[in-house]
Order: sequence, then structure tokens, then C-alpha cells
Amino acid sequence: MAPSTHWVYTIGNWRTLPSAMSRFPIPEHGVGWCLLCPLLSCADLVDGKRASRKPSPEAEATRDKPRSPSNRKKRTQESRREGKEGGSREIKASTPQRKNNVRRKQREVFGEEEWSKAEKPWNGKRKRDRKASHREQEEAKSKEKHIQRKKEKQLKKHSSSPSVPNSSDEESIAEEEMARIMEQVEEKKQVIATIRNKPWPMVKKLEVLREAQAFVEKFEGALGKGKGKKFYAYKMMMNKKWIKFKRDFNNFKTQCIPWEMKIKEIESHFGSSVASYFIFLRWMYGVNLVLFGLIFGLVIIPEVLMGMPYGSIPRKTIPRAEEEKAMDFSVLWDFEGYIKYSALFYGYYNNQRTIGWLKYRLPMAYFMVGVSVFGYSLMVVIRSMASNAQESTGEGNGDNFTFSFKMFTSWDYLIGNPETADNKYASITTSFKESIVDEQESNKEENIHLTRFLRVLANFLIICCLCGSGYLIYFVVKRSQEFSKMQNVSWYERNEVEIVMSLLGMFCPPLFETIAALENYHPRIGLKWQLGRIFALFLGNLYTFLLALMDDVHLKLANEEAIKNITHWTLFNYYNASMWNESVTRPPLHPADVPRGSCWETTVGIEFVRLTVSDILVTFITILLGDFLRACFVRFMNYCWCWDLEAGFPSYSEFDISGNVLGLIFNQGMIWMGSFYAPGLVGINVLRLLTSMYFQCWAVMSSNVPHERVFKASKSNNFYMGLLLLVLFLSLLPVAYTIMTLPPSFDCGPFSGKNRMYDVIQETIENDFPTFVSKIFGYIANPGLIIPAILLMALAIYYLNSVSKGLARANTQLRKKIQALREAEKTSKSIKANAAVKSLQDTFANNFKNMSQLQTTEEGNKSKSDHQNHPKKKEEGDTKNISSGRGMMLPASLCLAVTKPPGPRSGVAPPGKTQSQLQPPRSSPGRGKGNPGQ
Amino acid sequence: MGSSTSHLSKELLTEYQELTFLTKQEILLAHKRFSDLLPQESRNVEDSLRVRVSTEQILTLPELKANPFRERICRVFSTAPERDSLSFEDFLDLFSVFSDAATPEIKSHYAFRIFDFDDDGTLNKEDLKQLVNCLTGEGQDTQLSTSEMKQLIENILEESDIDRDGTINLSEFQHVISRSPDFTSSFKIVL
Repeated sequence: MAPSTHWVYTIGNWRTLPSAMSRFPIPEHGVGWCLLCPLLSCADLVDGKRASRKPSPEAEATRDKPRSPSNRKKRTQESRREGKEGGSREIKASTPQRKNNVRRKQREVFGEEEWSKAEKPWNGKRKRDRKASHREQEEAKSKEKHIQRKKEKQLKKHSSSPSVPNSSDEESIAEEEMARIMEQVEEKKQVIATIRNKPWPMVKKLEVLREAQAFVEKFEGALGKGKGKKFYAYKMMMNKKWIKFKRDFNNFKTQCIPWEMKIKEIESHFGSSVASYFIFLRWMYGVNLVLFGLIFGLVIIPEVLMGMPYGSIPRKTIPRAEEEKAMDFSVLWDFEGYIKYSALFYGYYNNQRTIGWLKYRLPMAYFMVGVSVFGYSLMVVIRSMASNAQESTGEGNGDNFTFSFKMFTSWDYLIGNPETADNKYASITTSFKESIVDEQESNKEENIHLTRFLRVLANFLIICCLCGSGYLIYFVVKRSQEFSKMQNVSWYERNEVEIVMSLLGMFCPPLFETIAALENYHPRIGLKWQLGRIFALFLGNLYTFLLALMDDVHLKLANEEAIKNITHWTLFNYYNASMWNESVTRPPLHPADVPRGSCWETTVGIEFVRLTVSDILVTFITILLGDFLRACFVRFMNYCWCWDLEAGFPSYSEFDISGNVLGLIFNQGMIWMGSFYAPGLVGINVLRLLTSMYFQCWAVMSSNVPHERVFKASKSNNFYMGLLLLVLFLSLLPVAYTIMTLPPSFDCGPFSGKNRMYDVIQETIENDFPTFVSKIFGYIANPGLIIPAILLMALAIYYLNSVSKGLARANTQLRKKIQALREAEKTSKSIKANAAVKSLQDTFANNFKNMSQLQTTEEGNKSKSDHQNHPKKKEEGDTKNISSGRGMMLPASLCLAVTKPPGPRSGVAPPGKTQSQLQPPRSSPGRGKGNPGQ
Repeated sequence: MGSSTSHLSKELLTEYQELTFLTKQEILLAHKRFSDLLPQESRNVEDSLRVRVSTEQILTLPELKANPFRERICRVFSTAPERDSLSFEDFLDLFSVFSDAATPEIKSHYAFRIFDFDDDGTLNKEDLKQLVNCLTGEGQDTQLSTSEMKQLIENILEESDIDRDGTINLSEFQHVISRSPDFTSSFKIVL
């Protein structure tokens, strides 16, 4: 029998109740007298606001809303939510099999209930429902017919019940109702727009969607009579079309993202951290594509199309001495010969102010493009940093959830590879153990002196390494300058700088890692140090290289004056001689024979291009040898080897995310530095990134296992971006320095003949703009104006900074306040609940033993589960309302529950009231859900 | 056969796009993947929308194979009375929630339901224990000891159980999750 099992269950549950409640002190007053009150006053007390709410018909209408869905939903109970709603509100539906289901459903519902709090329609409905449910019946009776109809319309608007509105309704559309229907239609549309955010099963969503769409369609046409109707319909149609177009466009857009599938495949095998590298690579590719478009579109193509052709002037011709070897591969490979005298390098460009019939100002364009390459890069990097930062605003205060984060968010659901999963298990376990140990021994430090000594030692060793590598590079660059003066040098001697730099980049990071083992840092901190050190190494190498290069440049600049004289005299002698000998005009001196300067800009450009190319080669060869061959070896030799190669020593290589990202960042730094003197460099880089994308994707999928020490994707993104910004800034410095301080070569490049490169701007302003512009420019460039402007900016930064600090402080204070309030609320509520239960037990235990026990525990259980489920939502007011309502209501319902069984007692309250209040305890959703199944 | 399997009606596609976070291509792909799990004779559109695929078969998908929560995921998304099979619409729901575009709120809601092993609406100590066991894998060497487990669960409750009732409820859970920078990027399954 269902009832008997039901009782047993509740009694059993009641025993567990005190343990849950005993945590809170139970005051004896406050509720007890409520029990003695007549029911009417008690009910009024319970619902303090009732009186004020009742007269308003609107409030009643809204309060009445939940009824209708429950009635309708009785029929359709496949969907869980519906089942729940029906179950919680239904009054008579306590058939045995229902009861059995109820409990399971209610369990699921707990989660959903709180979820629904966040959603407006459900939220409001529920809240009111809780308070008003016991009055439903009475109200329903007293309603007149037309009011009923009106309400029903409103019901439809709010409820998501699967019914199509009555046709009788639409016939009687009055003017005043039009607005309401319009509103309803808008609301339905809102429902359609937000339906995907609802955690319902698809069946339910489909139903709701269809119903809403049918409603919208039905009433949309009916809206607006006469003139307005057509327009309205037209508007709606266009709106629909627009939505469809937007959706198609979005689909198209996602299709257009390159390598999306490839990256997703990697993501599903290796987790999001490896994919983050490829996303970064793709982003970099996009940026470089833009730079490439800028440089090729505005500099190289105009030069090729409209500039003077190859061989017309000395700077565009190969010197006589190099002519015969200019096409040899070995020469071309070093970017000498024909490549050196091509539009890919600075030296090829002429200093004509305008070229072609377009009067294209090439030197100006060259300069502006050089500036805008940096400008665009800065903008893009900072913008993406800002958007990343916005995405992870919660990051700042996430420190106090270390364990929970590990628990709830550490699994990467993208992992689809069992090996990766095993790795992940292991790493999660270690991180759990680590954090437990951290927690236990956070304040215990063993032998601090030894650790300190080791750390100092490690840092000392690493600084030695860094200095050594710096010196090595300086030495090698110096030596290469000597080599370059010699005639026949071997391949190694020509490429010594690049080889040494690549080798350093290859072997130093592992060395650092070995040394870092001394330090005994936490792995996360250790990784940061490691990254910082590799960064310092790369940076040091790059800057040493630059310094050595600068020495070279200065040397060349010193020689330039002499060469300039020689050139001048050669030309002078040549033409003078021809003038003297015959009156026949001699053909002009062949451009290949004109002596010319060394053109330091092109030299610098060539250095960067070579560095980039050798870097590409080293990267690719490392992948091929270190990853692919190793994987092949491990895979195939494993059959005939003494130990397990796959699990043992060589095993498969990991995908080194941080190393790869750093490599990419430094490569980009070189591109930025070199692109001013070698416009073609960006093109090379675009090719590199493209091949790298495919090659590395292949290599990862074929021969890598994921990194054990995982860098979480979203966290590291901004770290990478920060490094990129730093590198951008650092690569901006040398370029800006050379542009501002060094004189350009006299016989090559777009700025030849000028004192400084930036003179081209002044020239353009003076010649091509009206005079007042140059005047304004002169004023603006005045230091008297610039210094105040900078000061102003600094002040603005200071001001904004302090404002944001203040806001942050206010934020944390508010949060604390909310927390405190919430906790206080919680305690008081549970105290009341406890008190109610306790006093009930005391008072009625003797009289109505069985019944009262049963009911109280039921109520107690419910209150307990309520209390557990009570959501801490942002809207404080809401929480307050609910909690006060419920906290007070409980005793009332308890009164009812216990007063019901013995007949005579019911005389205390007016019959109507009792009627209305006797039913709900079992049916109202707030408390009714503890209805135990068996 | 090839053409008949992959053509959902236009209206249905539009509705699915309306109801999920998936794009048209993704829905079609999901349908294809789902159809592949069906027996040969029921691979037409009508059947594929009606027929349910048992959990065991769903779990053979490589995307779910390595996931320690695979059974839970199937259970949570299943609308079958016994919670042991998925229809195509459940399947779409699953991948919609795990897609890139899904909002953190809906993701965390389903994460909570996945972690709630006994389906009682809160994460109690038993749930947390099972969760830890799932995360550390089946292997003996990676399992945590009893004392470690106790310590861990205590720490977690210390952090997340704001109302101190010994369990973590949905709003507490969402409160924690919303602070996590990594959750949305890792709570993702891509077909």
C-alpha cells in the first residue's frame, strides 16, 4: 500500500532531521505564539504584504498564472520539467505510480529550480507561486468570466504551455488589446531568441518554440489594421529574412575560418593547451597577412609596376664584379646577387619623389608603411590583449578557489585520446596531491638556507650562461665581419652567426631546465622562471646581434664618405673625359660600373632575412629529426629492443608549447625589426607560417604526445600576448633608433640624399601641402607643446588608474557585504525553521502523536531541502522576499498540517479560509516537493 | 543511401539552429555521426530522428571514449525513461551544450548535473568522492588515499560551500565556476 510506505519513510527521515538541524540554536519564542493564534491571523502574519497586494487586479492575475499551465500540463508528462510542475502543483494527483516517480523527478528538479531563478519568466512565476498557491482555489472561484479570459491571455504570454490560443480570443481584439498582444508577440519573440539558453531537453524546447512561433505568426498578421497592417507584415517579413541572412552569414563565417577543423582535431586529441598554440599561430598568420598586404600593396607592387626598371640606375644593377656569380645558387642562397638587387630590399628603391603616371610618392609611402607596420601591430596586440582581459575578468579573485577549480574545471573534455587521458589523470592526481601538500605545509619551510643557497647558485649559473652566450654571439658576429672582407670563405664561415645562434637556442633551454632543478621551485613558478630565462636568452642574443650589427653599420657609415667621393670623381672624370675627347656624346657609364657604397640598410635587411630563413630551417629540421624520426624509431624499433622504448627512455617527444610559442614570438620580433630594411621579409614570414601550420599540424598528429606540464589555454593567452607586446616594443627600439639617428646611405634606398630618413615627411609637407599645414605642423612639433601633452597623458593615466583602483575596492566591499548579508539571512531563516519544528514537537507530540510526527517531519524535511537549495542569487531583494516569505510561512503550514487531522479543532478558523489553506501544504511547489515516494 | 542519410528537412534544420548553439554544418555533421551509429536499415532520416541509440554505442564515439564522465554525460542528456539511450535530439542537445558558442551558464548547469552522481540536486561528499575518483582515473597508482581524499573534500567544501550545509548546490557551484578562467574553454566537445 502506498500510504503506509509513505509514512514509514517519513518517520525514518525524521530521525535524521535533528542532526541536520542541531547546528543552529533554536530559540523557543517567536513561533510558538503563532501556533496558538487563530488561523486567520496566522495566515495574515505569514503573508504580510498580502493586503497590499490583493486589491490590484493585475497582481492577482499574475498570481493566478501558474494555475493554468499545471492544468494543461497534466496531459503531457514526458518532459521532466512539466512533470515536476504538474507534480508540485497538482492537488489530487497522488496515485501510487505517480508517487513513485515524484521523488526521482523532484531530485532532478532541485537543480532546475535554482537554475530557473536566473531566468525571468520562471523566476517571477515561481516566486509568486510560492506565496500565492494556497489562495489559488479561492481566487479561481471568485473570478468572473471575462476577467478569466483576460487572464488566460496573459497566462499564455508568460507560460510556456503548449497550447494554441483560443480562436475566440482573437476575434474580440479591441483597440486596447492590440497593444497587449503586441507585447505578447514581443515576449514570444524574446522566448524564441533565448530558448537555446534553457536547460531543457529538445522535445520540450521544440514544443515551446513551435508554440511561440505559431503564436507569433497568428497574431502578427492580425496586428495593425488597414494601412498599418501591410507595413507591419512587411516589416516582419524583412525581419525574418534578416535573421535568416544573419544566421547564414554566421554559418558562412565559421566556414571561412581557416584550419578550424584541423585545430579542432588537434584540440580533441591533445586538449586545449596545444590547440592554443595553433590558434596563436593562426592569429599570427592573420596579422602577418595584413602586414604583407600593406607592404606589398603600397610599396613593392608600385615599385615593380611604376618604378624605374632593373638595370636603369646603379642601385638597381648588379656591380660588375659580382655579375658572373650573381645567378649561382650559393650566392642566391645567401641573398646576394640578383636577390640583393631586387625590390625585396631597401637598397633597390629610388629616391625619386614621385613615380609613374600616378605620381605615387614612393619614399613617403615607404616611410609611412614602415611606421604603420608597427602601428598596426601595436594596435592589434593591445586590442586582443584587452579583449582577452575582458573575457577573464573573474580571474583576479579566483585565488580562493584553488581546490574547487582543480576539481570542477581541470578535466579537459576535448581530450579524445586514451593516452592523453592517462596523462591527464596523472597530472590531475599530482596536482591534487601537490595542493594538499601545499595546504598542509604552507607555513612549514625546511632548511631555508640550503634552498636559498641553491637558488642563488642556480641563478648565478644561468646568468653565466646568458653572458657566455651573449659574448659568443658578439664574438661570432665580429668574426663574420672579418670573414666578409676575405674573398673565399667556406659555407660554415659565411653562416657561422646563424648556426651559432640556432644552436644556442636549441641547447640552452634544456640546460636551464637542468639547472632549474636545483632550485626546487613549485612547477608552476618554475615554468615561469624557465620561460623568463629563455626569453632573456633569446632577447640577449638578439640584442647582442643587433649591437654587433650596429658596429658594422657604423663602420660602413665611416667609409661612406670616402666612397662617395670616389663615386663622384669617377663619374666626373668619365663625363669630363668624354666631353674633352670628342664632341660625340659618349654613352653614359654603364650602371654596373659605377662604384658605390656598401648600403648598410640592405646589409641589415639581408642579415635579418638570413636569420629568419635559418631559423625556419632549424625549426623544421628539429621537428623532422627530433620528433618524427624519434617517433619512427620508437615505434618500429620497439619490436626488437631490449626495453620498452615507448614507455622507457626515448619515448615519444612532447609538444613543447611554451618553446614553440616563444620561438614564434621571437621570429615575429625579427620580422618587425627587419621589415623596414627588407620589405620582402614579411612575404617570407607569411610563407613560413603557412608551411609551419601544415607541417606542425602533421607533426603533432603523427609523432607527439602532449606536454605533461600543461599551460592552461585561456590563462596563458594573455601571457603570450604580453611577451609579444614586449618583443614588439623591443624590436621597435632599434628601428626607431636607426631611423632617427643614422643618416641614410647616399646612393641607395628611397631616402638617399637626405640627412635623415624622416626628412621625407617634412619634405612632403612643405612641397605638397598648403603652407598653413606646415605652419601648424611646425607648432605641433614644438617641444613646448609636446612636453605638456605628454604630461597631460601621464596625468590622465594616473587619474584613470586611481579611479579603477577605487572601483575595484568598492567592488570587493560590495561583494563582502553581499556575502555577509546572505549568511545572516541564511542563519536567521534556518533558525526560524528549526524553531518551528522544535516547538511543534514540544506542543503537539502528546496529542497527535502519529499524525503530527508525520507531518512535521515532512515539513521539516521540506524546509531542510529548501534551505539547502536556497540559491544565493545576485538579487538580494528577491532572496529576501522569498526567504522572509518562506521562513514565516512554515509555521503557518505546520499549524494547518497539525490542525487538520482532529476534526473539532478546525473551528478556530473561518471555513473559507481553512479550505483555501488546507490544501496547499502538499501541493505548493516551495514545500511540496519533499513528497516522498516510498 | 548516402544522399538520404544526410538530408534533414529545411524547417527542422532551422529549428535546430534556433534551439542549439550549433551551426548548420555542425548539425549536419552530428546527424551524420549519429546515423553512423545506427544499424544499416534505419539509416534514413525518419528513422534516425525516431530511433534511440543505446549508451554503449554512443560511448564508442572517439570524442567520448576517453572521458571519465561519459556515462554521466549520456545519462544526463538522455530523455529515455531508463536514461540509457539517446535520441538524435538528445545527441544534439549534448553537443550544443558542449559547443563553443554555448553560454557559461548553461555549461555550468549541465556540468553540475553531470557531477551530481546520485541525481539529488546537490553535490554532497559522496558525489565529490566519486568525482575525484573519476578525475584521477581507474589506475591504482593514481588513486588518492583515504586521508588525502578526506582532506581534499574538506578543502573543497571549505572553499565552495558558502552556506555551510555540507553540500554544494547549483548556485554555489555556478558561483565557483563563473570565477574560473578555464571552464568554458575546457568544457567543450567537438565533433
